[in-house]
Amino acid sequence: MTAAPSLTVDLGGMILPTPVMIAAGCGGTGRELGGLVDLRRVGAIVSRTITVAERVGSDVPRIAESPAGVVWETGLQNPGLDVFVAGELLRIARGGAQIVVSIGGTSLEEYVRMTSALQGRPEVAAIEIHLSGPDDELDRPVLGAHQDRLFEIVGAVARMSLVPVFAKLPGASDDIVTLARTAVRAGATGVTLLASPPALGLDVTRGRPRIGTVRGWLSGPALKPITLRAVFDVAQAVPGVPVIASGGIRTGEDAVECLLAGAWAVQVGTATLTDPSAAVTVAQGIARRLKAARLASPAELRGRLRPQEPSGADADADPDPVPAP
Amino acid sequence: MKRARAEILSTRKIGAYQSITLVAPEIAERSRPGQFLAIAMPEGREFVLRRHFSIHQASRRGGWAGTLEFVVDPASGAGTGWLAGAIAHEFLDVIGPLGKSFSYPKRLTNCLLVAEGRGAASLFFLAQELVARHKRVDMILGGSTLETVFKPIDAKRLAQTVAVMTADGSLGERGGVLDALPDAIARAEAEVVYAVAPAPILVAVASFCRTNRLPAQVAVEERMGCGFGLCNTCAVPVARKDRSGYDNLRACIDGPVFDPARILWDRWLDGTQAAPATEPVGTIPGGGDGA
Repeated sequence: MTAAPSLTVDLGGMILPTPVMIAAGCGGTGRELGGLVDLRRVGAIVSRTITVAERVGSDVPRIAESPAGVVWETGLQNPGLDVFVAGELLRIARGGAQIVVSIGGTSLEEYVRMTSALQGRPEVAAIEIHLSGPDDELDRPVLGAHQDRLFEIVGAVARMSLVPVFAKLPGASDDIVTLARTAVRAGATGVTLLASPPALGLDVTRGRPRIGTVRGWLSGPALKPITLRAVFDVAQAVPGVPVIASGGIRTGEDAVECLLAGAWAVQVGTATLTDPSAAVTVAQGIARRLKAARLASPAELRGRLRPQEPSGADADADPDPVPAP
Repeated sequence: MKRARAEILSTRKIGAYQSITLVAPEIAERSRPGQFLAIAMPEGREFVLRRHFSIHQASRRGGWAGTLEFVVDPASGAGTGWLAGAIAHEFLDVIGPLGKSFSYPKRLTNCLLVAEGRGAASLFFLAQELVARHKRVDMILGGSTLETVFKPIDAKRLAQTVAVMTADGSLGERGGVLDALPDAIARAEAEVVYAVAPAPILVAVASFCRTNRLPAQVAVEERMGCGFGLCNTCAVPVARKDRSGYDNLRACIDGPVFDPARILWDRWLDGTQAAPATEPVGTIPGGGDGA
């Protein structure tokens, strides 16, 4: 009985060969990763976020290192829906990985038009809804941070889409559990937790911001504990709903932590920028862990985490980790 | 583009810089002047991204076949400082060769190569290839002090003439590389100009070449996340050929070599000037702020 564990996961109808996807904006345009990683061994590639109209992107510099992370802003640079569907989508598909298309917008109409254009495209395995941009119709800074708009947009996309729909929830929210419940009630297949939280990088010697747009987003290993908490809370609140962990996952151990916390799959983003084969090595790390624990699939890791009793009922077995001197 | 675990064959100090030679045959045999390497940093909280360095030498045959040389400025940040301290027989995780290379002129023969600081590293590689194609090569090398002028003696072996410019006058003439440009172009009867330098110098080279109707190629320095086209952060605004606007091209994949006449310098320079002086994460190929 030494059969290798299967890494296959089923995310509400999207069957992936491994539970490790490349996060939005880190998988290239179908030309870049080919020589550096076997894309057939990647769970799925999430496209960069596509908008209806072309976006030329923000001013440089667009990235700066921070402790255990990067502060960045690209301004959602993308060629626009039509050009993406006619070229980039097909190119990424040729690599052999399944494709999740990330769609972004500033109005309900834009999300509807994107979903409509992607309907019936055989290359699209799922849609991920980018919800961290501004809301032009209601004049709010973060579209997906409000239940009313989240429900409206996720609902519209989910009703139209023939493929699974994942809502990528904003990275700085007062109540992620309520937002996740709202997305699921609106019809989302599952949720991706979390989008990059807003961040600022400053350069003291020059007294200037580190990136051209001044305001940016934080990505990288610094995010892992925030991701774990969000995944844990949401998985407890909405059991049975596919949760994809994204933010700070770099190693197989990181991914196993997310699965233990309740994730069904993970995304690696910043890690891919340093190690283009990160999605494959993280999956290998999960496989090793499954084998060591004699588990047959990643789904069996889910729910293996038992929260500690909140009171001191088990105090003898669980001594204070920092004893008094 | 290949990824390799490459052994450091040797590392030596050249003026203010450290030059590192790697054994990486698969990368060396594909390398062309202007291309660069992305080198992984050690595990640790300060270092998330790779660092990027233009290729100074890639030996395809002879006793050094299969080796690659690149040049780092230890003063430019903690990551580069770590690399400068690496010793022979250590292994580095290297991806390369990356980016588009300089192209060689087919008919024109007189080439002027202009470099500030560490930017000269890739121009030596270019000079060799040009000389091998029977082109005339002249060079202008600049730096803040004599320590930061890269290999002025070696330049004299490759080039017909070499003008050396330092800000403090400690080597060659006092001044910047731009001061030497008009004379050098006249003396060399230059027909094409190649430049690697911080953006403010490239702007002036571009403007000079446009005025004098000289074709030019420049290798830009822009902050990079990955170096192989994934993250879309090393943007350079380049005018479209049909003049219908511009695209933010990626310096790593679409560059780092561009036609300076098509770069929207004003738009791009605003941003580059916001970049911190101390840590040129993923700038290529010069890195240092030069003067």
